[in-house]
Amino acid sequence: MAEVLVLAELNPAGGGVRKTTLEALTAARALGEPSAVVIGAPGTAAGVKDALAEYGAATVYVAETPEIDDYLVAPKAEVLASLVQEKSPAAVVVPSSPEGKEIAARVAVKIGSGFLTDVTEIAADGTATQVAFAGATIVHSKVTAGIPIYTLRGNSVTPEPAPAAGTEQQVTVSLSDSAKLARVVDRVVEQKSSRPELTEASIVVSGGRGVASAENFSIIEALADSLGAAVGASRAAVDSGFYPHSFQVGQTGKTVSPQLYVAVGISGAIQHRAGMQTSKTIVAINKDPEAPIFELADFGVVGDLNTVVPAATEQITARK
Amino acid sequence: MNIVVLVKQVPDSGSERKLDPADNTVARASSDNVINEMDEYAIEEALTVKEAHGGEVTVLTVGPDTATDAIRKALSMGADKAVHVVDEALHGSDAVQTSAVLAAALSQLEYDLVLCGAEATDSQMSVMPALLSERLGIPQLSGARKLTVEGGTARIERQTDGGYWAVEAPLPAIVSTWDTINEPRYPSFKGIMAAKKKPVETRSLGDLGVDPSTVGLAAATTQVLDFAGRPPKGEGVKVPDEGDGAQKFVEFLASQKIV
Ligand SMILES: Cc1cc2nc3c(=O)[nH]c(=O)nc-3n(C[C@H](O)[C@H](O)[C@H](O)COP(=O)(O)OP(=O)(O)OC[C@H]3O[C@@H](n4cnc5c(N)ncnc54)[C@H](O)[C@@H]3O)c2cc1C
Ligand SMILES: Nc1ncnc2c1ncn2[C@@H]1O[C@H](COP(=O)(O)O)[C@@H](O)[C@H]1O
Repeated sequence: MAEVLVLAELNPAGGGVRKTTLEALTAARALGEPSAVVIGAPGTAAGVKDALAEYGAATVYVAETPEIDDYLVAPKAEVLASLVQEKSPAAVVVPSSPEGKEIAARVAVKIGSGFLTDVTEIAADGTATQVAFAGATIVHSKVTAGIPIYTLRGNSVTPEPAPAAGTEQQVTVSLSDSAKLARVVDRVVEQKSSRPELTEASIVVSGGRGVASAENFSIIEALADSLGAAVGASRAAVDSGFYPHSFQVGQTGKTVSPQLYVAVGISGAIQHRAGMQTSKTIVAINKDPEAPIFELADFGVVGDLNTVVPAATEQITARK
Repeated sequence: MNIVVLVKQVPDSGSERKLDPADNTVARASSDNVINEMDEYAIEEALTVKEAHGGEVTVLTVGPDTATDAIRKALSMGADKAVHVVDEALHGSDAVQTSAVLAAALSQLEYDLVLCGAEATDSQMSVMPALLSERLGIPQLSGARKLTVEGGTARIERQTDGGYWAVEAPLPAIVSTWDTINEPRYPSFKGIMAAKKKPVETRSLGDLGVDPSTVGLAAATTQVLDFAGRPPKGEGVKVPDEGDGAQKFVEFLASQKIV
């Protein structure tokens, strides 16, 4: 069976593989036999090899060097491109994070391939599905030059185990000077959260301008915590200073595609929809029965969020 | 300090956007076209750097004739001049091809810094800095929420989930900006009048030494096979809160096996 290279995306500081990697391994199986590529500091692969094997990696290529995390994007692209050139796989699948998309782009230029970003599905013949224009249009597309490279949007594919050998294979790494131009001097975490990552969460509860204040966002957080959900916000809520920008959902924020999206005090502007329209189930809570968000909602409550949300949180907690 | 800002004209994200069924490319002629929102932040940042270090701000656009509107907007904000690459053969070019054209145009310009938006609202790819970094051999400083330029070095805060990475590189470098980086100025009346007299140079692929057979739909590295509107959602349920809104909401979650 043809080999498909899957770039493993890892959590920082030995935190294991990200769900997006397991999704990419699962999606890659449509095209052939996946091999995982681990690019990181020495010792990285040891902690993730088993998970990669469990989700179908026949081979785990281990490209480790102490320098890899000192520079932005370019070194990983260089390592992946040379491995692609050596192995001539049927395709390359990369998780669709900002870094993943940039790696895919650089590899495409290096090897003379086309690449497709944010695909939600890959068919056996290589055809990809993408959602365009704020989720309003569904597109089928294909790479027509070189070895196809795909970046897979998070939460589009359900990860399914398919145990494989996971045979480790060391890759020699030597970075060129041109890959070492943009130096990462610090990685700063400003908000530590025990909640799931917004783009990976299977439930997202978002608040909008209707939440009315930063303090009042605590009712959004409480509902989210009762559901084990991530918290999101509309741009109006972010611009009003209710919630930090990194939680913004929409055109100029994150794109999320959870099992359940709960929009609270959000009108449903087209730019907000852009980031959440492909959610499986959508619930809206809004006091305006004409709010456009209800056009998208599978279930809607017309009411004041200040009474509905705390009561719902209490009932959900009571059911546990 | 010579700065080039990459500006793209896109269909307005607030109005209906379509693909053209004739060739599955973005229907640009029939849409309301505007400057890509994120690029306004790149222009603002370029003007700020120029105010601190002197030099010139050049706008560079690859796009059809109508893209002159986006160029005028950038010039009315305060950019000094513009280069507009326009050529029939470009129609249907994908990101890989567009990056080759932008790289060829940049190679004819003098620059210390290239600025662009972190994302175009039509493609939503966020890949142009990576593509151009690869092609031009200059460092990529992408996804900035803060930029400082000092003594031949550019430093950014690259926005991440819940924080940032501090990244630095020698000039020349390409930097892309998010909307968290600044507050773009509105063009003043004086700025709008002045923009009409600022030089806009038009370049063809021939001027750039790019072989027309390597760009455009026929040579694209990716192809849209077909497209369709998203199937409309079935009519959802909408209940008024008569004291039981929360309960009905929770019952719905239970019916979906979520709680
Ligand atoms: C280029 C561009 C990019 C953009 N990108 C984004 C983006 O990424 N994300 C994004 O979200 N927006 C984006 N926007 C902004 C977008 O157009 C809307 O302005 C924004 O989404 C509105 O946020 P909102 O729904 O919270 O606020 P509003 O539209 O003001 O809606 C607030 C809602 O809350 C309801 N409400 C008020 N009080 C209560 C209460 N007590 N109980 C229940 N309901 C209540 C109201 O009925 C109303 O429907 C963008 C705009 C542009 C031009
Ligand atoms: N055709 C173009 N002409 C000029 N700049 C462009 C063009 N396409 C993309 N860009 C720049 O690259 C940025 C990122 O675009 P993208 O990678 O397509 O999301 C945009 O915000 C623009 O600044």
